[in-house]
Amino acid sequence: MSTSTVPSAPTAPSLLAGSVEQPTFGEAVSSYVSRVRGGDMGSLPAILALAVLTLAFVIMKPETFASALNIANLFQQGAVVVTIAMGLVFVLLLGEIDLSAGFTSGACGAVLATCLVVYDWPWYLALAAALVTGLVVGTILGTLVARVGIPSFIITLAMFLALQGVVLLIIGAGGNISITDPVIIALQNRNVPPLLGWALAIIAVLAYAGTSLRTWQLRRKRGLLAAPLGMVVLKIVALGAVVLAMVAVLNQERSLNPLRTSIIGVPIVVPLIVTLALILGFVLTRTAFGRHIYAVGGNTEATRRAGINVKGVQTACFMICSSMAAIAGVLAASRATSVDPNAGGSNVLLYAVGAAVIGGTSLFGGKGRIIDALIGGAVIAVIDNGMALLGYSSGIKYVVTGAVLAAAAAVDAVSRRRARATGRG
Amino acid sequence: MTQAPDLAPPPTLEVRGGRKNFGAVHALRGVDLVARAGEVTALVGDNGAGKSTMIKCVAGIYAFDAGEVLFEGEQTHISAPADANALGIEVVYQDLALCDNLDIVHNMFLGRELKNGFRLDESAMETRAAEVLASLSVRTVRSIRQHVASLSGGQRQTVAIARAVLWNSKLVILDEPTAALGVAQTEQVLQLVRRLADAGLAVVLVSHNMNDVFEVADSINVLYLGQTAAQVRTKDTSRMEVIELITSGSAGMPPGTVAPKMSPDAPERSATSVASATATTSDAPTTTNGSTSA
Ligand SMILES: Nc1ncnc2c1ncn2[C@@H]1O[C@H](COP(=O)(O)OP(=O)(O)OP(=O)(O)O)[C@@H](O)[C@H]1O
Ligand SMILES: [Mg+2]
Repeated sequence: MSTSTVPSAPTAPSLLAGSVEQPTFGEAVSSYVSRVRGGDMGSLPAILALAVLTLAFVIMKPETFASALNIANLFQQGAVVVTIAMGLVFVLLLGEIDLSAGFTSGACGAVLATCLVVYDWPWYLALAAALVTGLVVGTILGTLVARVGIPSFIITLAMFLALQGVVLLIIGAGGNISITDPVIIALQNRNVPPLLGWALAIIAVLAYAGTSLRTWQLRRKRGLLAAPLGMVVLKIVALGAVVLAMVAVLNQERSLNPLRTSIIGVPIVVPLIVTLALILGFVLTRTAFGRHIYAVGGNTEATRRAGINVKGVQTACFMICSSMAAIAGVLAASRATSVDPNAGGSNVLLYAVGAAVIGGTSLFGGKGRIIDALIGGAVIAVIDNGMALLGYSSGIKYVVTGAVLAAAAAVDAVSRRRARATGRG
Repeated sequence: MTQAPDLAPPPTLEVRGGRKNFGAVHALRGVDLVARAGEVTALVGDNGAGKSTMIKCVAGIYAFDAGEVLFEGEQTHISAPADANALGIEVVYQDLALCDNLDIVHNMFLGRELKNGFRLDESAMETRAAEVLASLSVRTVRSIRQHVASLSGGQRQTVAIARAVLWNSKLVILDEPTAALGVAQTEQVLQLVRRLADAGLAVVLVSHNMNDVFEVADSINVLYLGQTAAQVRTKDTSRMEVIELITSGSAGMPPGTVAPKMSPDAPERSATSVASATATTSDAPTTTNGSTSA
């Protein structure tokens, strides 16, 4: 029998802080490959799909698909779906679903429009009303799921129907409320001045470089396992190249008639979504609350026994999801410059769920990231946009998008099975 | 506690005459337990004897209906898991204890994350986790950043135990930690259990496996139909005797015969069970404490 005491015992070198063997670049790459093989694919399938689809559309429609006008268009089209999808990630992480998110966005858009047009409120009060509506919907859903114990599939389906009715009641069948408020309209229709766009992009890239290098240095100093420097630098360079290239493209004139109106600059919605993504990503990965969301999705009972308020976490996630839907509703209203009874209906919800799942968020809970919503949303926007350019009908677009969603769900299920088999949860 | 009571420190945990009813079911009808720092106290008994119920009462998941709980000699009331944690009581449940989708560090700190303002302090947690695992001489895990799903049953149990000792705990209760493990992994976990006790913690080990019990326990507490049959020193007893206590609630002779001569260095053998036997004979006609009735 060992006679060691807890504070001063023979120690395991491989675990001792200060003496970890740091992996080389090659080792890091091969460990990533083996992780992917083991079923932990993350966003890889979605990134590959995005690359293939983009390439295909660029080849088939070189002038239109890759034009600055269409790229700006892609961002504006994708914004609504991506925003809902980012909120859905929180609910999906719990292992729950929110089928009402689409009509939540519609209802919040209707509230916004009514406050702006019918009651003549200033834009910020109308915006606040829309966000509060989302928060209330989320609180109701979260309470019914977490405290009453109704399966989220059923209760959000009920909410789906009820909110569809609410939109109809607010707007009236066949009605339509036009929005003229310049601030709300600017969200989806105006652009950041080119110089400011460059400045923001450069600041963002430098901030990313700074934090990731600092984290790397700190972990090295404390003797903790850190990714090889080459890997960190590669990521910074890749991100910087993509961001700056996008800004360069979007800062080109894209008006069809530049003499009459000039359209130039990054759409305002882009920095808006990046900011939302950064905030939500921080919450998920850097706070105790975010950690608890993953824990609930991984093992609810263990989380409860660890003294975590599981019901509170669940309720909060539904509130976040519905609030993001509210923001999406505002963006949709801004883009359409009006709200009609079908707002948030048709394919909005399925596209959003599809975006999260295609990006790599699991329907089984416990696995997912905010970036998944962005990447998956990009895949959906590219399919939707590219096929429209090729002249396909909505019918075919739906069939293809449905097939992509089914494929993503299959990838999710298969990689989960694989992960089970190779023990990578 | 009649021998040298002045010199010995009070036991970390002492339960006296604990009772717990679930409606009409008398799950615990007078249980006594003494767990001392630096010792492994085994809690044994047949299925349904009340071991898990007793542990849950100590852990604050249930509360005893009657009886006393003394922690380090002080009378306490544990009515919620937080009370138990505050005292330094940690429970390692056999199942449902870890999140597969989180890594070792995250699991060890789940619910008690170290923070820097709002932010999680990942490197502090990682450093501390590595220290604790190293201090437990755990060499079997490759990286503390690997997901718990990729660990073997024994390694998972190790993480659960490390999680329990992370918090300056004084009493660690393990409910059947080796039930699902193979020979080698059982051995690893038992060694770890022993090291906890050697490091000065009080350890309560629930087990059905006599080999495990006799390998690591200093003292064995036997429950029989919700009552403590006896708590004996391991070195003063035998497998035969313990098995008899488990199956019939008494040892050595048919019920009602004269009590065996007690060895002076085994005071715990009788002290606890006399009280419970006399206190509960009315509602426990099936229980016989022949070995201890004076
Ligand atoms: N929540 C409960 N409600 C009603 N009866 C219960 C409850 N929990 C336990 N019991 C009863 O209390 C008795 C003791 O159960 P307990 O789980 O403590 O036994 P155990 O010694 O842990 O058994 P095992 O070795 O099978 O784990 C059993 O008869 C059981 O049916
Ligand atoms: Mg039990």
